[in-house]
Order: sequence, then C-alpha cells, then structure tokens
Amino acid sequence: MRKNSSAIERMDWMLVALFFVLIVAGWLNIYAAVYNEEFTSIFDTSQRYGKQLLWMGTSVVIATVVMLIDERFFSTFGYLIYGLIVFLLLLVIFIGAETKGATSWFSVGGFKIQPSEFSKFATNLALAKYLSTLNINIKKFKTKLLAFAIICVPAVLILLQNDTGSALIYGSFILVLYREGLSGNILLIGVTAAILFVVTLLLQAEVYQMPFDLALGGASLLIVCITVLLALVYYLQRKQKRIIWLLVVIWTGCFGLIKSVDYVFSEVLEPHQSKRINVLLGLESDPHGAGYNVNQSLIAIGSGGLTGKGYLKGTQTKYDFVPEQSTDFIFCTIGEEWGFLGSTMVIILFMALLLRILFVCMRQRSTFAQIYGYGLAAILFFHFAINIGMTIGLAPVIGIPLPFFSYGGSSLWGFTLLLFIFIKMDADRLEVL
Amino acid sequence: MNQRAQRTWVLAGIFLFIAIVYIVRLFNVQVLDQGYKMDADNNVLRKVIKYPARGLIYDRKGQLLVYNEAAYDLMVIPSQVEESMDTLEFCALLEMDKVTFIDKITKAKNYSIYKASIFEKEISTKSYAKIQEQLFKYPGFFVQRRTLRTYPERSAPHILGYVGEVSPSIIEGNPYYKSGDHIGISGIEKTYEEVLRGKRGIEIQMVDVFNRTKGKFKDGLFDTAAVSGSDLQLTIDNELQRYGEYLMQNKKGSVVAIEPSTGEILALISMPTYDPNLLVGRARSVNYKQLSIDSLNPLFNRALMAKYPPGSTFKSINALIGLEEEVLTPNTKYSCKLGYRSGRFHMGCHSHQSPVDLEFSIQTSCNAYYSNVFRSIIDKYPTAEEGYEVWHEYVKSFGLGQKTGIDLPNELQGFIPKPEYYDRYYGKGNWGSLTIVSLAIGQGELGFTPMQMANMTATIANRGFYISPHIVKSVSNQQRGVMDSVIQREEVGIAKEHFEHVVEAMHKVVEEGTGRSARIDSLEVCGKTGTVQNPHGDDHSTFIAFAPKDDPKIAISVYVENGYWGSRWAAPIAGLMMEKYLRDTISRPEIEERMVNGNLINPQIVLNEEE
Repeated sequence: MRKNSSAIERMDWMLVALFFVLIVAGWLNIYAAVYNEEFTSIFDTSQRYGKQLLWMGTSVVIATVVMLIDERFFSTFGYLIYGLIVFLLLLVIFIGAETKGATSWFSVGGFKIQPSEFSKFATNLALAKYLSTLNINIKKFKTKLLAFAIICVPAVLILLQNDTGSALIYGSFILVLYREGLSGNILLIGVTAAILFVVTLLLQAEVYQMPFDLALGGASLLIVCITVLLALVYYLQRKQKRIIWLLVVIWTGCFGLIKSVDYVFSEVLEPHQSKRINVLLGLESDPHGAGYNVNQSLIAIGSGGLTGKGYLKGTQTKYDFVPEQSTDFIFCTIGEEWGFLGSTMVIILFMALLLRILFVCMRQRSTFAQIYGYGLAAILFFHFAINIGMTIGLAPVIGIPLPFFSYGGSSLWGFTLLLFIFIKMDADRLEVL
Repeated sequence: MNQRAQRTWVLAGIFLFIAIVYIVRLFNVQVLDQGYKMDADNNVLRKVIKYPARGLIYDRKGQLLVYNEAAYDLMVIPSQVEESMDTLEFCALLEMDKVTFIDKITKAKNYSIYKASIFEKEISTKSYAKIQEQLFKYPGFFVQRRTLRTYPERSAPHILGYVGEVSPSIIEGNPYYKSGDHIGISGIEKTYEEVLRGKRGIEIQMVDVFNRTKGKFKDGLFDTAAVSGSDLQLTIDNELQRYGEYLMQNKKGSVVAIEPSTGEILALISMPTYDPNLLVGRARSVNYKQLSIDSLNPLFNRALMAKYPPGSTFKSINALIGLEEEVLTPNTKYSCKLGYRSGRFHMGCHSHQSPVDLEFSIQTSCNAYYSNVFRSIIDKYPTAEEGYEVWHEYVKSFGLGQKTGIDLPNELQGFIPKPEYYDRYYGKGNWGSLTIVSLAIGQGELGFTPMQMANMTATIANRGFYISPHIVKSVSNQQRGVMDSVIQREEVGIAKEHFEHVVEAMHKVVEEGTGRSARIDSLEVCGKTGTVQNPHGDDHSTFIAFAPKDDPKIAISVYVENGYWGSRWAAPIAGLMMEKYLRDTISRPEIEERMVNGNLINPQIVLNEEE
C-alpha cells in the first residue's frame, strides 16, 4: 500500500502540469466561446463552462483513482475492459439516442455518455497488451491480422453508429504498428495512395488540350504521366530485369486506384463526406454547410492578427458566427482572441505534451507500458492534427474534438483516462522486473 | 540505436512536421493575409425576412377589394445593442417613454439575446422616415418591411375575413410557419390561406460594426426571392354588396344573393356589419375586443352561422313535394276558415277568400292549404315515419339541413329533424302528421341558414337543380368552375313542369299577392314572403325571390330580424337589390329611402335578446 500512495509522488510532473495547463486553458476558452453578458459567472453550471468545470473536477477524481489503483490492474484486465467497451459500443447502436445523425450516446439520468470516447483507451490497452506478448512478431501475418482486428472492431462499430469522424481516429494506430516493426513501406504506400487520390480528384474534372488535337481528361492524363514515369525508371534500371515486375505491379495499382476514385467518391462515401473533401480541395464551395464553417473559422482565426482581439472580445465568437464554437471549432476562439502568438502557444503546448510522452515512453522497461504510450501519443496527435487542421482549412471537416480543450464530459474523461493510465504506468516503471 | 528506437524519432519527426506546417499556415492567415480581418469587420450577418405580398382580392367585375400596404417593424438584436446608446434621443425619435423602452428591451432579451425580435410593431411611415436616417447611431436596431391588408371598399368583412399573426400552436402544427408570419384567421383569407400567402424569402445582409448595411452577403447568393401570393377574383358583385349593406343599415339580419345558373354568390351580407379596416395591424386586438363584446354581434356571420326557421317561404317547397308525390294538382282546392282545424287543433291564417287553389295559396300565403298538403304527403304512407322520411329526403335534396360546402369557414349545417328525432321525443308510433304540422308552414324545428335559403331559391329558379354555391370565381386567372371538381350540379328529384306551376304562382305573389312591395315595373319578379315566429321579440321578416322569371339572373334570400311581416322589410329590400343589380337604377326612391332610414335596433329588442 505504501508504494501505491507514492505513485502520486513519482508521477511525471511535467505531464501532469501540461494536463492541468491544457484543461484550464480549455475551460477559459469555452467560457469565451459561449460567453454572453447575461450569465457572467464562470461557475454557472447551467452553462457549458460551468459544466466543464464539473467535468474537470470529476476528471481529477478519475485521475487520482487511476493513480491509486494497483498497477497490475490494467495489464491484467486489459482484454476484459476492451471486451466490455466493445459490448457497450454494440449496445449503443441499438438503444442509444440519436444526435445529429449519429447514434452514439447513452442518455443516463440527464447525462449523456459516449462509449466511443472510452473505447480509445480500451483499444490502446488491448493493443498494447497484445503487442507486448512474449515473442510477438509483427512481421508474421497472423500477428498483423489480430492487431488489425483489435483496432478495427471498435472502429467498425463506431462507423455503424454513423460517427465516421470518431471511427477515423483508429487510423492513428498505424503509427503504433509502424513503431513496433510494421514495414515502413506500408506507411509510404498509404501516403502515396492518398496523394494519388487527391491529385486524381483535383485533375479529373479538367480536360487538357494536347498537341495533335487530342483532348485528355485529367484522370487519363495522370495515367499517361505515370506510365511515362515508370517507363523512364525501367529504362534507367533496365539492368535489373526483375524490376519490370515491380513496375508492372505499381502501374496496375495506380491505374486501379485512379479509376476507382470516382467510384469510391460517389458510391462509397456519403454525399456530405465527399462534399467536405471537395470543399477542402477547393473544388467546391459549400457556403451553407461545411464550406461555411471553415470559411467562418478562417475569418475568426484570421481576424485575430498577431496578438488577438483580447480575452472575451472576439467579435466572431461573440456573435456566434462559428458553429460548434465550444466543441469542434474551439480553436477559433483561441485564434481570434489570442492571435498568432496565442495559437502558436497552444500548438507548442500540444507539441510539448506529445514529445514528453515519447520521451517518457523511451524510459519504460515494460513493453506493455511503452506501446501503450505510443498509442497515447498517436491518438492525441491525430485529434490535434485533424481538429486544428480543420479550423485552418488544411484538413477536411470531421467532427472530432481537441483533447482537453473541447467541451464534453465523455471526451474529457476519455482523454484523462487515456493519459493517466500512462502516467500511472510510468510512475510504477521501476517496479517492473 | 536500434531500428525501433529510430522509429520513435520518425514519429517525433512527423509530429513536429505537422506542427510547423500549421504554424506557418497560421502565420499566413493571421499575420500576412489581411483579407480575413476585413471579412470579419463586414461579417456581422443580418438575416432579413422578405415577407411576400399577399394575394390581392377582386370582385367579379375586377374591383379591388383587398390590397397590401407597406408597414415597418422595428427589430432589435439585444446582444448588438450598446450600453452606451443614447436612450433618451432614441425614445424621442419613436415617441416612446423610457419605461416602455426598458420593458421592450427586457422582453426582447427574454426571447433571445442573439436572435432578432420585434421591438416595435408597425411603426408609422412617418416614424420610419425619421428613424431610418438615425438608425446608424443605434447598433442592434434595424427595420423590417411588412405588409398590411387594406380594404378600400370597406364592404363584405364577413366574406373577406381578416389576417393576424400566427399563434404558437399553429407554428407547432405546420412547419411552414415561423414566428411573426401572418395567417388568415377568418373568411376567404382563411380558406384560401395557402393560395394567398405566397412564399417567404430571405435576404442576408452584411452589416459592419457601425450598423451600416454593406451590401448582400456573397452578392445575394443565399438570398431567396419572396413569391407573391396568387390573386383571387370573387364571384361577389361589390356594388350589389355595398348597396345591400346600405339598405340593411340599423337592422339585424342577412341577405344572400346567388346567380342560379352558376352557383356564384353575388352578395353575402350579415348585419350589423363592421369596417374590415378595424381588424388590421396594431389596432386589431383592441378593436376586436370591442366588436366581440358588442351585444349585436357584428362579428357573427349570420349568413352562414345563424339558423332561422324558413317561415312561409317554405310553402313553395311543400307545394313542389306535394305535386311530385301526386297528392296535389294545380287545381286541388282546400278551404280556409281563418285557419286550419282538425279536432281540437287550430292553426290560424289571415283573412282571404276561400276555397284556395295552388296558385292562390302561394299568392296569398295560406296556412290551411299547406297544413292539408303536408298532411297528405305524410299520410300517403302507411306510417308517419315512412311518410316523413320521404318528405325529409325531398327537403334535403334542395340543399337544406346540410352544409352547402361553400368555400368560407364555419358554415352551419342547419337543422331538419330525422324521423328518429320525433320517435325519441314523442315515442315511437306516438306521433303523426298532425303532431308535426307546423313544418307545413316552415315553422317547428326547422332551422336553415340564409345561405341555404338562397340556394333553395336558386333551385326553384333553375326549375330543379342547383350548382354548388361558391364565392371564388378564379385564382390567378384560372377559372374555378373549370378546374374544381368540388363544384357540382345537384338535381332535385322533382319534375320540371311542377316547378313551372310554382314559379308562376310565385310570380303572382309579387304581381298581386303578399309580395307586392317587391314589384319592379320592368321586370318579371317571382318571390315568396315569410313571417318567422320569434319567441324572444317581434317576428322576423323574410323574403325569397328571383328575377327575371324566365332565365333568372339573380336569386335572393333576405332576413330582417324583428321586421315583422315579410312584406314590410324583406320584400322591398329584395326588390330594390334585384332592380339595382339587373337595371342599375332605382325606380322607387321613396321605398329606398324608407328602407335606409329603417331602424329596428332599439333597446327594447336588445333587452329581449339578453333574456
């Protein structure tokens, strides 16, 4: 028992400090985002900022509990917790309440609980536990498959809840797999495919005039370019006969991808999703919907200038121009009221958090804790990148929160758990044999 | 460093890369690019609702009856109102005191801090002109254009109805409506609401921090145009309507005139009436309250909602039924010795020669004749119930005792008892033709609306059918009769030649009989008088008529409450109106003068009503 209480003494103060700085900054910003002159008390629990304070308080309680639990709890019950969460995810599809087209909440006595926020840490636990099993080798197909399954099961269930945004964050686990030995080529291929996809989208609507009175559609032009490129590579490397097969495979892959873009775009993606991608790429202006959000967001952030308009003085925020001000677009308030300096400060804070996590990972003796830490960093990074990117027009509009900043009880609890389990594991790292 | 550790650095690298890209982007957006700042300055968006012009309403000759006038609502968005604004100056501009101002602001805040609400409804054009120039001094306030109904002719308020603001329950039930919309509440405005209302539009303006409009957001890309409502042309002849209201002044009652061949309603009058302009805009609530507590019930549309017994006018119907049932021929005679006697029963009648044939019975309105006719219709059948059932069906086929289906709201069905009614009241098998003989002369339990009576008259004029009465002739130049299946021809199952006899008799009524006061020299008028018993005061005066006898152009039913004899008030008024309509002149101005000056509304009768 003694060693448990001193876990609190041994916890990484930098991570904890960053945690508090972020949630308090977040809270102050929610106040600014929701501010109106009628309710001026920041402690007013009928308003979001008051409620956020409640969530913050309960999060600290949760964090403390986590710190006091026996450190073997998580490694022992990792799979069980995962299973329970998966069950809840399934359940919510059937008896959950629907908000904005997604059936992802339970309504419990006036409070709304979102299982998908908790599945993040549960999946991380299960994946870390699996990948830290003795003699595990990610290069084996079976390992890859199982790891993939652990990640995909919750993701698919969340997709079924119609919450595509939350499902997408599971893609961040690929970084964990990469770190644990998954071939970097997969990452490379993934990135290249994404680039190709985007380029095709950009070009396919255009028609290009070629010499000899030929007119080529954008997609065809792309294929021609790739063919030429690959042919060039072959010519340069023609000494290695085997390379022709590789080139053929690459060519076929590209061709298939380019051709399938249209199909995927119109048949697989929902119309609002394809619209958002189009908006992001500048192919479409959607002034009423997603395009409007981003436009307003950019205006809010852009009008902040170097130093911002001052706390509680953001006009765009005050007049409710930016939708979802206290949740998905919370960064706008920072941008508008604190300007470039403030926004950069926040980015630096997050960077500090992520890098500190990586640093702490490296001193872990337990593989389980280490892998968990990478998962933590990956998940937080993904949220941070997409959420902020969305507000500045560099990422498509997907509804995911900014960790510790966006208003939301489930979200805050989920991230607190995610983070503090790691802090706890780190605090006990010297106990590991 | 092993490969795994290396990879950690790759991760760190990815994180840093994204962070740097974002910082660069932020620098670009926030520091370098001034465009966003300008957008923010202009970015206070204001949604201005463009209320559509409500459809206009014309009479059958194209006379404009209802049009729209511009009005201005002063709107406020509390969150944009500055603490430092000069309230005194503002109040002076609006001619409002400070207390009212504070009240209104509080009300607006309670509704919503961020959403616009009405600060002052329908400010006068004068106030609008004054304020418009000064508005820039008062951020948060702006003006929204509305329209209000105006009635230049001031006639036919019961037909036209009125428009008011939509209530919360309507908004809940119908998703089209939003708070602040207008909706027709009575009359044509109500039945044709969807046609008249048009479609709301929206204009999104950009307003800068000084409350000045900087133009349309995105050049009006999101604006939608308001679509005006469709215009209506009524079947009403406004001149006839106004003339009738003029003749009927200071009297209570109703006049309904129809064009028999088409079912088009030429006039629908309920007296006392009121100026429709009273129920417009801000003054409406106050005026409505006053009108509704008026003991004479001016808001009550007697033409559709009052039930009167038909009185002697009903004798024509009994005659027709009798002829068709073959219990009667034009030559059938009955004696009348100051009334009808049977056993201990006596129904009185006025003095006239006896015996009486069909034509004379109508001409002089003999009660005894019809007591006989009615009884013989009923007694033709083995039981009173069966006989009554047959009689009942005939009466219904004239459109009596049921709604005519006219396109105005709140029409009463009227009342004609079913056989079961008498069974319940007297006991089955306990009643006979004598028990209910008051039905012979249009008294007893019968209750019909003036609308139904006019329709009945049109049926007689047409010699056996009527066209569904309606009040709208066309909607935006689309003829209703052509496109509307609701308007139908209804046949009465009575042979045409029977009608000819009754029509001829009704002609005699006006030429020589009780309806002489309706006589017009140049026209062949047919009519029938009635004196309706009234237990609460003087009897009602009623008259039905149509003219010309052959190829009639107008059928009319007049009720004058407490007017006593049918010939005293109802008949002359009917005659004058028909003459005006058909000849556009009045040949007996002295009668017109007597009608106009007639005042039947006096305290004595009002007291009786209140009993």
